[in-house]
Amino acid sequence: MSVEVELRHRFGAFALDVAFRTERAGVTALFGPSGAGKTSVINAIAGLFKPRHGRIAVEGRAVLDTPSGIFVPAVARRTGYVFQDARLFPHMSVADNLRFGWKRAEHRCAEAQIAHVIEMLGLRELLERRPLSLSGGEKGRVAIGRALLSSPDILLLDEPLAALDAARRAEIVPYLERLRDQARLPIFYVSHNVDEVARLADDIVMLRGGRVVAQGSVFDLLTRINSEIEPVGAVLATNVAEHRDGLTVLRFDGGELYVPRLKRESGARVRVRIRAEEIMLAREEPKAISANNVLPATVTAIGGAAQADVQLAIGRVHLVARITRASVARLELQPGVGVFAVVKSVIVDSSQ
Amino acid sequence: MRDFFLTPDEVQALALSLKVSSVAVFAALPFAVAAALFLTRVRFPGKTVVDAVIHLPLVLPPVAVGFLLLVLLGTRSGLGGWLYQAFGIRFVFSWTGAALACGLITFPFQVRAIRLALEGADPGLDDAARTLGAGWLDRLVNVSLPLALPGIVAGVITAFAASLGEFGAIITFVSNIPGETRTLPLAIYTALQTPGGEAEAARLSLISIGLALSFMTLAESLRRRPRA
Repeated sequence: MSVEVELRHRFGAFALDVAFRTERAGVTALFGPSGAGKTSVINAIAGLFKPRHGRIAVEGRAVLDTPSGIFVPAVARRTGYVFQDARLFPHMSVADNLRFGWKRAEHRCAEAQIAHVIEMLGLRELLERRPLSLSGGEKGRVAIGRALLSSPDILLLDEPLAALDAARRAEIVPYLERLRDQARLPIFYVSHNVDEVARLADDIVMLRGGRVVAQGSVFDLLTRINSEIEPVGAVLATNVAEHRDGLTVLRFDGGELYVPRLKRESGARVRVRIRAEEIMLAREEPKAISANNVLPATVTAIGGAAQADVQLAIGRVHLVARITRASVARLELQPGVGVFAVVKSVIVDSSQ
Repeated sequence: MRDFFLTPDEVQALALSLKVSSVAVFAALPFAVAAALFLTRVRFPGKTVVDAVIHLPLVLPPVAVGFLLLVLLGTRSGLGGWLYQAFGIRFVFSWTGAALACGLITFPFQVRAIRLALEGADPGLDDAARTLGAGWLDRLVNVSLPLALPGIVAGVITAFAASLGEFGAIITFVSNIPGETRTLPLAIYTALQTPGGEAEAARLSLISIGLALSFMTLAESLRRRPRA
């Protein structure tokens, strides 16, 4: 499932000029500060906004191509759009909202699929309710279900968590993770929150001032230093190797991590994140230390501002440790130096 | 004591008023919805003029509207004559003419209320319906109009209440015929012209006040009700 996007448009003084493509099903985060043009990009993909110049193709089939005058209207685009404010129809029950797009889909999914989506998003208890009586998180889940059941080619999510408080976010994120792992379609996820992106996205398209300033896989882009994005310590794709001594061993491309025991079968894919502040560096292997994870690594680059961001390589993955400039000087760190990365805590996300 | 009960003639006037106003309002409703949609959805130069024309009956002397209808639809006029010759449809001296006059006079009330409701609707819901594959008619029938329903009902009730009070246009266009065009206001007027008719005029006026008050209260409560 490839999606190509190329847009040029002027809104007064603001110029939108972006081009990117995705090659596979999965979550592509459109990431950037507010006013970067993220929502305009997904509105263009949905057909709600027609740019002056542009081309958008889904699996090679153009839905927008201004030179040749192609513009497939939103009604016929088959994009599932989850709006930031959910936009459920207030005069219909949750069940009727869910079936609104389903009834109008060219290729309706089977009734069993409806039941599956209701189950996946935990909507069974809400079916008879009216949108006005739902909490923000519930509205978001219904909006995702409604979009999914319209059998879309692409799913667009516009900051579905932005309007929610921390508790509601925590409630909806696991559903989004399940969606990422189960839906076999390209998902564009608009966000300005790096933690959200690190947790949910596969790829990142970073926008700023209407332009693409960085693009790449979440594992790679978030562990670059001196880039457009504040680095995360690490985002690692791991597999459960075994359970031992009350711990679970997670294997990644270059080493192993020990985390408190997870209720996952061995072989299960688990994404973990490590914050840059949670990594300490030592020149010699520390002995008798409480941290479970001490990983031999090589310094590959040093950057950052007031604090130093030290990029490390472990096998084929990168980590970034944030330490003081004084520590860099004291440890005489420079590219090529071997160190031990002491990982104080690991954040374990859901599967993948 | 006898003064408190309605005479058969008065009951007739009340029933006729209700019939004329109901037909007037419901016959005008589709046109009012169309006009409100037109004014909210279509952009074109000269829209202000169209808007003014639609609202004209609100400020025009009703007698002038009645006169205009008489000129246009009298059996001796071109259009009225043709309607009578070809279809046997005659508005003058008929309760249907009274309904036509009332529908026209109260048309702006309906358009205004429906338009406000349509303009107050969240355009985001229309976009959401589009991404879910709903075409324009589909969106109109299943999203825009149901959401505007409280406004539409309020408009209908306001127009109905206003229609009950119409006098000038009716008496000019279709005259004052008992049982055919003598609605409540015309009956009040007739009673006042009759020696000793004050009690009848008072009874009918009280009924008018009661009806107007209850309908306006109903319309207002609908307008204030939050969307469920």
